[in-house]
Amino acid sequence: MPYSIHGPQAATGGKGSRMRGAELWYLKEIFRGMYVTARHFLTNVFHMADMPTLQYPDEKPNYGPWLRSRHRLMKREDGTPRCVACQMCSTVCPSDCISIVAMEDDRPDVEKRPETFTIDLLRCVYCGMCVEACPCDAIRMDTGIFEIAADSREKFVVDLDFLLNNTTDGVKP
Amino acid sequence: MSRRALDRVQERFGGQILETNDYLGDESITVAAGDLPQVLEFLRDDPQCDFKLLLDVVGVDYPDRPQRFDVVYNLRSLDQGQRIRVKTRVAEGEAVPTASGLWHNANWHEREVYDLFGVEFSGHPDLRRILCHHEFEGHALRKDYPIEKGQMCYTVEKLLPEEAVLPGRETRHEGHWNAEGGWEGAPGVALADEIHSDYLPVNIGPSHPATHGALRIEALLDGETIVRSEAEIGYLHRCFEKEAEDHTWHQIIPYTDRLNYVSALTNNVGYVLAVEKMLQLEVPERTRAIRVIVSEMGRIMDHLVCTGTNLVDIGALTNYWYTWNAREYLYDVVERLCGERLTTSYTRIGGLYRDLYEGFEDDLRGALKKVEQGVQDMMALVQRNRILMDRTVGVGVISAEEAVRWGYTGPCLRASGVAYDVRKAMPYSGYENYDFDIPVGENGDAYDRIMVRIEEIYQSISIIRQALDTLPGGPVQADDRRVVFPPKDEVYNSIEGMMNHFKLVFEGIRVPKGEGYGFIEAANGELGFYAVSDGSGRPYRVKVRPPCFPIFASFTTLIQGSMVPDAIAILGGLNIVAGELDR
Ligand code: SF4
Ligand code: SF4
Repeated sequence: MPYSIHGPQAATGGKGSRMRGAELWYLKEIFRGMYVTARHFLTNVFHMADMPTLQYPDEKPNYGPWLRSRHRLMKREDGTPRCVACQMCSTVCPSDCISIVAMEDDRPDVEKRPETFTIDLLRCVYCGMCVEACPCDAIRMDTGIFEIAADSREKFVVDLDFLLNNTTDGVKP
Repeated sequence: MSRRALDRVQERFGGQILETNDYLGDESITVAAGDLPQVLEFLRDDPQCDFKLLLDVVGVDYPDRPQRFDVVYNLRSLDQGQRIRVKTRVAEGEAVPTASGLWHNANWHEREVYDLFGVEFSGHPDLRRILCHHEFEGHALRKDYPIEKGQMCYTVEKLLPEEAVLPGRETRHEGHWNAEGGWEGAPGVALADEIHSDYLPVNIGPSHPATHGALRIEALLDGETIVRSEAEIGYLHRCFEKEAEDHTWHQIIPYTDRLNYVSALTNNVGYVLAVEKMLQLEVPERTRAIRVIVSEMGRIMDHLVCTGTNLVDIGALTNYWYTWNAREYLYDVVERLCGERLTTSYTRIGGLYRDLYEGFEDDLRGALKKVEQGVQDMMALVQRNRILMDRTVGVGVISAEEAVRWGYTGPCLRASGVAYDVRKAMPYSGYENYDFDIPVGENGDAYDRIMVRIEEIYQSISIIRQALDTLPGGPVQADDRRVVFPPKDEVYNSIEGMMNHFKLVFEGIRVPKGEGYGFIEAANGELGFYAVSDGSGRPYRVKVRPPCFPIFASFTTLIQGSMVPDAIAILGGLNIVAGELDR
C-alpha cells in the first residue's frame, strides 16, 4: 500500500512539510548537529580499532577469495603451459584484449600450445569471463594482485612468460 | 486485461492499423507515419487506454527494407498496468510527425533518434543532435556506420542563442521572455556596443563537483536568478547500443555495469531479465530470490549516494560520512560476492555468476544494521531540520500531472504523489512474495524527493530481510543447455560437456527472432531494455530506457526562475547518473 512520507506511519518523521514551534529554531539544529558529531567523535576516540578507515597501503583490504585480480596462466607438472590455445578465452572476452598465437606441440597427448599469449591489462575490464570460458582451467584470476601500475602503456601488455610466473602470493615475477 | 488496448484501438482506427502483434505479451501496433499523432493522442486520452506515460522512443534500422527505419513509441498506462508499442516505418528522408506536443519528454527522445539514425521529425521544436557532438558526421546506430570509425570533434557548442545572451541594458526593457523561454521584442545589441549586459551567461559543468558527472548547463543569470538555461549531455556517450550489436548477448553483461554505475547490480538483473523474457526461460527460485536481494542492495547504495551527495550540495557535509560509511559496508559484501566492487557483472543469462558465498547472510545482515545506523545518524542531523527545510521545501516543485507528462518514473515520480512502482504494478522475479509499501510524497519538491528515497531504504532493508529469511535452496543456474555453461567438471571430463561449452562460447546464446521489452524498477525509476533479435548469437538492436534521461530533460524547465543554489539542490535530488544518461 502506498503511504505518505508526511504521514505518521513514515519512518522518517511525518508531520507534513510545515514547520511548527521549536522546529523554527535554528539554534536547536546547531546543538542537535553538534551532539551527533560529538558522539561520533568520542566513540571513535575510544574505539580506534573499529573505525572504518583503512590505513592503505600499510593495511590491505580483504576482498575475499573471489576477487577478480590480475590473471595467471597455470602450468603442467613439467612446467609447460596448461593452455591448449583453443582461443575460447579470447573469443568470449568482451573487450577483446587477449591475443594468442597457437603452435603445434610435439608431445603425443597435447595437440597445441600457445606460442604467444598476451593480455592487454589496460583494455581488460576484469570481468572474469575468460576464466569461465577456459575448458581446461588454464587461466585464473586468483593472484590477489589488484595494484597494477606501470610507467608506459606497453608494459601493461603482459606476455606468456609473465603470466606463467604470476603467483598467487602477490609477489611480482 | 490483455488485448484490451489493442481491441480498443482497432475498433477506433480499423484499417489504419497496419499490423498488430502480441508476441511475449508485449502488445504492439504498426501505423503509417501520417496517422501517428492521432493514434498516439487517442491512446493517451482514451480513458480505457490511458497511456499517460511515454517511456521511450526507439529507432531500429533495417537497411534492406525500402522503408528502412522503424520508429517505436513505447507507452505505459499507470493505473491499468498496460503497455503498448506503437510503430511506424519510414524511408530515408521521410519525416515522422513529432509527439513532443503530447509528451514533454518526446522532445529529447526524438532528438536521440534523429541523432543516432538520422530520422527527421516534422514539427519538432528543437531537432538537434543530443548524444553525439554537434560536429559529428553520419549517424552512429545505422547499420552501415562502421563501428571502428572514430571522429575528432573540437568546438564547443553555444547553447544559448546570441540574442538571448546579449539583450543590452537599453533594449532589454523593450521586450519580454515568453513562456517558451524565447525573447520577444527588439533583439539585443552587439557585445561591442554594450558592455554592461544585464544578463550573465554562466556554464555550470561539464566538470563541476555539483553535477556529479559530466553534464553541462549554460544558464543565463539575472543576478542570481536563472532566466533561461540549456542543457547539454553526451559527455559520457560511448554508444553502448552500438557496442551491444557487436557483442554476444552474454558479453553485454559487463557493459551493463557501466550504465548506472552506482547500482550496477540492479542493471545486471534488468538486462538478464529482458533476455530471459525473449528466451522464455524460467530460472530457479533461489536465483529469483538472490536477484531480488542484490537489486535491493543496489537500490540502497544508490539512494545512500543520492541523498548523501544531495545533502552535501546544499551544505550538509557531515551526514555524507554517515551515508557513505554505510554504503561502504554494503560494498564490502558486494566485493566478496562478486569479486569486484563497482563492475559487478553478477548475473548471467539463465542464472548467476556464482551462488552466494558461505557467510553471506551474516555479512549482509551485519551491513544492513550499519546502514540503518547510518541512516539514523543522517536523520538525526537533517530530520525536520529548519536549515534543510528552508533549502528544499517548495524548491523544484513538479506536480503529479507534469511529472507524468515528462516521463518521470521512480522516486522522483513518487515524490510528486504518484504511487507507481514497477515492483508492485508488474511484479517480476518474485517481488509479489514480499511485503513492502510504496512511500509517496505530496509536494513533488526537493524535500520530498530526499525523504522518499530515505523511506525506500527502509523498505528495501525489509525486503532483503524477508528474502533472506525465506531464501530457498537449490541450484542457481537454469537447467537449459542452450543458454547456461555446463558445470566445469563436465567440461573437463566429458566430450559432450566440452562440445556444449565450445558452442556456447563460439556461437553465443541464440535468442529467438523477435523483439521484447524487459523492465525493472531500478533505483532511479523504470529501467527498460528493448531488444530485437534476428536469431543469431548477437542482438540486432538493444535499446536502454534509462530512467534519468526523461527526468533530466525536464531540468531546465524546473530551474527556470530559481536561483543557482536551488538549481544545485534540485539537480542532486533528481539523481542524474551520467553513465546511464549518456550510455
Ligand atoms: S577478465 Fe574479461 S576483459 Fe579481462 S581478459 Fe578476461 S574476459 Fe577479457
Ligand atoms: S587459456 Fe584456456 S581458454 Fe584460453 S586459449 Fe588457453 S586453454 Fe583456451
